[in-house]
Amino acid sequence: MNRQQTIEHKLQQALSPMHLEVLSETHMHNVPEDAESHYRVTAVSEQFSGKSLLQRHRLVNAALAEELANGIHALALHTMTPEEWSEKNGHTPTSPPCLGGGAK
Amino acid sequence: MDPLDRIKEQIESNPVIIYMKGTPQFPQCGFSSRAAAALQDCGDKFAYVNILADPEIFENLPKFADWPTFPQVYVDGELIGGCDITLELHASGELQKMLKEAAKKWPDEEEGQQN
Repeated sequence: MNRQQTIEHKLQQALSPMHLEVLSETHMHNVPEDAESHYRVTAVSEQFSGKSLLQRHRLVNAALAEELANGIHALALHTMTPEEWSEKNGHTPTSPPCLGGGAK
Repeated sequence: MDPLDRIKEQIESNPVIIYMKGTPQFPQCGFSSRAAAALQDCGDKFAYVNILADPEIFENLPKFADWPTFPQVYVDGELIGGCDITLELHASGELQKMLKEAAKKWPDEEEGQQN
């Protein structure tokens, strides 16, 4: 299982999302192509209902604690409830260019 | 000073502070750049710490905050989130309100701590 699949698997388990998208954005950054270091996650789950953005991101970070401690350098998160997702018509923002300061 | 005490002191004495890679003028990470730009767009004062210039903070802040990534934005001593949350709050107009409110809390004579 590559890291992208591991992330998908763990988030499926933790969030039972109705929609989940895990994009590798490693190629956009100043690291080797096989670094498996930059990801963008869009997750739509009932479990986010009644939670602040901070609490939602903490849920995702907790599910991916092992990955975050072992080489994930950037994790962009978009966390929505099913209602919010349909309001936005499935639109999510894109990541910024790197600018190069990858010290860790 | 113990790094955790330094962090505590920084977020308590600065009503708005961002821990970022680089500076608002010369950001060194796209996510830090965007978050700092959102704060700047609000037009109110904020402090920043360049974590690339302060390895001790870089190493200890994730543990302190139980938040694994940078940037981190604190308003009124509370973590509001990283880049994505800051941008979402900016887009909804909430960030502008939070910063306007926090702006009243800067001490009159003292400039915000800027490393």
